[in-house]
Amino acid sequence: MSTPTTVSPTTTVEETPFRRFVVQFTENRLAMAGLILMILLAIPAFGAPWIAPQNPYDIGALDILDSQMPPGSVAEVSGITHWLGTDSQARDVLSAVLYGMRTSLLVAFLSVTVSLLIGTTVGLCAAYFGGWLDALLMRIVDIQLSFPAILVALVMLSVLGQGLDKVIIALIIVQWAYFARTVRGTALVERNREYILAARCLSLGWRRIIARHLLPNCLPPLIVIATIDLANAIALEATLSFLGVGVPVTQPSLGMLIANGFEFMLSGQYWISFFPGIALALAIVGINLVGDHLRDILNPRNAL
Amino acid sequence: MPVFIINRLFQAFGVILVMSVLVFVGLYLIGDPTSMLVSPEATEIERQALRKALGLDQSIWVQYLTFLGNAAQGDFGRSFLTGQPALQLIIERMPATVELVIVAMTFSVLVGVPLGILAGLRPKAPSSKAIMTGSILGFSLPNFWIGLMLIMLFAVYLGVLPASARGETVSVGPVALSILTIDGWQHLALPALTLGLAKAALMIRVTRAATREVLPMDYIKFARAKGLRPSRILNVHLLKNILIPIITVAGLEFGQAIAFAVVTESVFSWPGMGKLLIDSIITLDRPVVVAYLIMMVFFLVILNLVVDILYMAIDPSAREKVRD
Repeated sequence: MSTPTTVSPTTTVEETPFRRFVVQFTENRLAMAGLILMILLAIPAFGAPWIAPQNPYDIGALDILDSQMPPGSVAEVSGITHWLGTDSQARDVLSAVLYGMRTSLLVAFLSVTVSLLIGTTVGLCAAYFGGWLDALLMRIVDIQLSFPAILVALVMLSVLGQGLDKVIIALIIVQWAYFARTVRGTALVERNREYILAARCLSLGWRRIIARHLLPNCLPPLIVIATIDLANAIALEATLSFLGVGVPVTQPSLGMLIANGFEFMLSGQYWISFFPGIALALAIVGINLVGDHLRDILNPRNAL
Repeated sequence: MPVFIINRLFQAFGVILVMSVLVFVGLYLIGDPTSMLVSPEATEIERQALRKALGLDQSIWVQYLTFLGNAAQGDFGRSFLTGQPALQLIIERMPATVELVIVAMTFSVLVGVPLGILAGLRPKAPSSKAIMTGSILGFSLPNFWIGLMLIMLFAVYLGVLPASARGETVSVGPVALSILTIDGWQHLALPALTLGLAKAALMIRVTRAATREVLPMDYIKFARAKGLRPSRILNVHLLKNILIPIITVAGLEFGQAIAFAVVTESVFSWPGMGKLLIDSIITLDRPVVVAYLIMMVFFLVILNLVVDILYMAIDPSAREKVRD
């Protein structure tokens, strides 16, 4: 579908599929807003150790006198202004949100990347080889997808126990099947196209055909699913941590911060869980806005 | 059709068996529950006696076969914490969950289907775009987050609805129901709304897609050309034909909602079986976790089967496909 390179006097920029994609993407204001939101959240989150006003997990820096202060108050002991208030252990909520966002994004990003790799490999192999391998793999996928993600994750965590690595493993086990099914669907269509036939006639090895010919043509739907799945992973991790079976107390994610502040909310100290909640919602909405628009652009049915 | 049902029954049985092995073997790896049940000062002999009493001293396969045999008779062992039969604990909590899910699903269909039709009829209108953006929020934001915001608004800020527990119940036979008292409805409102909003978002999307698919069909055009009232076209011609995907999705989502009630119940301290599961996972009460999971597997497999059969019954074209 790539446009042949034509150098005409009127256009100085050659049109490539990628450039067309960039132009289409930037045309949508809502999607651009989502992208900017993602960047604005990711940079301070990953830079948290350098820019956060306080290291919220350095117990020595905390003073219990400064606990449960409303947003905007100045600490008596350290003199820091707590723009978003402090929690029951005198942690600065803004700092805790930045560190928590870092944990949430890290868990989501790692789990999506690994499940993308596993799911893509399984899906491509199932579609390319077909037969009993396809039947077996897709039966496993079907069975897994007939169970709600939250239950599968809960079972995995109750088996594995708590810990950041355990949460990532549980999320990978939940997610790989979605990728496998999507990739298989696309690859089944692509594998009967002429270029695959041509590659086979050249008697190229199956590894090369799958990796160099089949995979690149299955990428568009994968990109869409991976983006939206990133938001789902953040939401699922937050849910598990909120329920108390997710990340450990030493590395709280946004979900755990919300759970910590939950008991104080009913007595009117809304800020302890409200601000982590807002950060979580912004991250999920930002990614979904981008993903939704990517789906519109990359769906071949919408292409001209 | 009978061949199809028998075939699916065998598959369902296989899935249940495989899942029972996975659940049991998986949960067998959880830490030693005796360390939680006896006091730290207990002697090794006391620990051994407890392990023997709980059957933990036998090999994993003996334990599994015993478990499978007992499970077939509805005996999943006793809770390590309360000593009550695990299945009884779950069944006691079940009405609360089922009640919550039924109210939430009813809400989602009553709200989601009309909004979905509206968005499908006029896809370019600003109101439709607002509905669709709202639905993205509805199913992408985590369930507990929506619950939290509802609590903040209705229970803390406005102070009009309670944020936890089940309220007054009326016993109908052995089953206690909240929906028969005003206090019960007040307690039910927020959890049901939390669970229902996410499902309503999904129903909107399904209904809209179905409406968009049915609208260009010849029979709709013909009905219009015949001069039928738009309300009749909507209520008869359109609604009948978008019903198939709606019933299928609503049926499958019922199972999902029972599973997601785990989260909603935890937020609102709703005394259902989902809250029981979370409490049991945290306290390593293995028999209750295993019993819940096996019950859920059983329920979900049966639900899938029923939805498949219903789908066959209401959609003649699907019957044709199976025959081929």
